[in-house]
Amino acid sequence: MNAAQTMDYAGAPLGAPVYELNNVSKTYARNLVVALQDVSLTLRKGSFTSVIGSSGCGKSTLLKIMAGLIPPTRGRVVLQGRPVTGPRRDIGMMFQQATLFPWKTAVENIVLPIEIRDGKAAAKKALEKAHDLMDVVGLKGFENVYPNELSGGMAQRTSICRMLITEPAVLLLDEPFSALDELSRDMMNMELQRICREQEATAFLVTHSIQEAVILSDDIVVMKPRPGRIAEIVKVDLPRPRTLHMMTTPEFGEIVDYIRGLLDKGENM
Amino acid sequence: MTDVQSNRPADQDEDQDTVWVQEVAFIDSVPRWMAMSFVFVVFVGTWQLVTSLGLVSPIILPTPLETLEDMIFVGKNLLTGGYMLGALWITIKEVIYGFALAIAIGFSLGVLVGETTFGEKAVMPYLVAIDTMPKVAFAPLFVAWLGFGIESKVALAAFIATFPIVVGTAAGLHSADENARMLFKTMGASRMQTLIKMKLPTGLPQIFTGLKIGAVGVMAGAITGEFLGGGRGFGELIRVAASQLNTPRVFSLILYLSLVGLALYALVTWTQRKVVFWHKERVGAYDA
Ligand SMILES: Nc1ncnc2c1ncn2[C@@H]1O[C@H](COP(=O)(O)OP(=O)(O)OP(=O)(O)O)[C@@H](O)[C@H]1O
Ligand SMILES: [Mg+2]
Repeated sequence: MNAAQTMDYAGAPLGAPVYELNNVSKTYARNLVVALQDVSLTLRKGSFTSVIGSSGCGKSTLLKIMAGLIPPTRGRVVLQGRPVTGPRRDIGMMFQQATLFPWKTAVENIVLPIEIRDGKAAAKKALEKAHDLMDVVGLKGFENVYPNELSGGMAQRTSICRMLITEPAVLLLDEPFSALDELSRDMMNMELQRICREQEATAFLVTHSIQEAVILSDDIVVMKPRPGRIAEIVKVDLPRPRTLHMMTTPEFGEIVDYIRGLLDKGENM
Repeated sequence: MTDVQSNRPADQDEDQDTVWVQEVAFIDSVPRWMAMSFVFVVFVGTWQLVTSLGLVSPIILPTPLETLEDMIFVGKNLLTGGYMLGALWITIKEVIYGFALAIAIGFSLGVLVGETTFGEKAVMPYLVAIDTMPKVAFAPLFVAWLGFGIESKVALAAFIATFPIVVGTAAGLHSADENARMLFKTMGASRMQTLIKMKLPTGLPQIFTGLKIGAVGVMAGAITGEFLGGGRGFGELIRVAASQLNTPRVFSLILYLSLVGLALYALVTWTQRKVVFWHKERVGAYDA
């Protein structure tokens, strides 16, 4: 890794571009499905962006390309000045399922990324930091518990800690809380907002919930299906920090309605 | 909550403030020891009845008492280090060597087949083809190649036990889900790390299922090997007793032999509980 360059970006001011996607297209070779067509996008440091769109419009595909898990057919993805050509340290990812490993305790699951990258000794050193993170997400006291004794929400919190332990510059989230009930989901979203602010992380969230997208985001990328492309990028001008109360304001309702309108239009294409 | 170690084995909740009336059929509510004793008494009683009424010739089926007497005789011989102990020891050695060999070969082949596309495409078809053959038929070959000593029995025992271990290992490696694979990819894990830190632990329950089936097969292999290839093991004692129409002896020898099989099976089950502590298996008839 180019240390000087990373330093540069770590010190970059909030609002400087971190992620740049240029005409990214993806055609799955297996079935010739055009999952993405000419997606261009810039994420600014410290910003929160959500992607919303009907099922199958290529949201997960976009996320996987950004994470370096699959290559784009055409186009360019640049993160912190370097093209993304595979999984990277400065990317943290979270999926719909917590995917904790049952043979490891909560805290051992959290330091797993360190264990994989830097070995057992480094993982041991990171334990303290893992404890701190668990404290932050309200999991104090559950460090040595095995995952099958955690509730769904606790498991997702654990996987948030696992994502954060490597201090990634960007967080890619694929419907991370959609398996939770609405109450815990709202709480987790507020927590996510707080974490992003504290860590000055850039977040990119895939969601099916318009409310969730509006309450969390600075920008909402609305996508249309077949082939998957960007319909519009909606700016959300609600003040920060956001609170759950804002969901009852007329401004909030207006943005939700507007996005719903865009999605309906997308459906009829 | 912090003391997980002591927490884990206790499955049931201790506090039962409200009394639940759960509908359980009477036959299912009987304690295990009682149910087992009941089956035992019915079985032996029927056996006694059939023999003492003279329905079956004593040469074909001895009475339970005769069998018990012979078991005591054999037991004494074993305990005093008689010739039967030597025979038993030979058979136990065959079983242990055979099982160890089957685990080594079965696991290696299982990883080859389960982890590599080459193994899956090019090796698995041959393994399936060999697995469908009646493996006991290879016994004379093993005798011809390895002689009448324990080697030919070890070979047959291992040969029979290898396949379930291959299948268990390969299936286990395939059982990791897409999310776990993706997660390891995002962490930049190498193929080796993914195998050792994720796929193998995920597959342990299936691997142990393979080992249990293998443990049963290894006994059958060793004894069949002795029947067909001579030697001086316990199987040979059974064969000789049978040829002398000494049925009580045959019965008691088989019962002692089953203890060896049971011990091996229990050892595998015990190891599984220790190693795969997170996986609560539905207790089947085999897991005492
Ligand atoms: N591995 C794959 N191979 C072939 N086609 C794929 C693959 N993954 C996705 N697709 C196709 O690409 C399109 C986009 O899929 P993707 O998973 O990105 O959608 P999505 O927007 O995430 O949907 P959802 O909201 O249901 O999660 C779909 O038509 C899907 O069938
Ligand atoms: Mg998706």
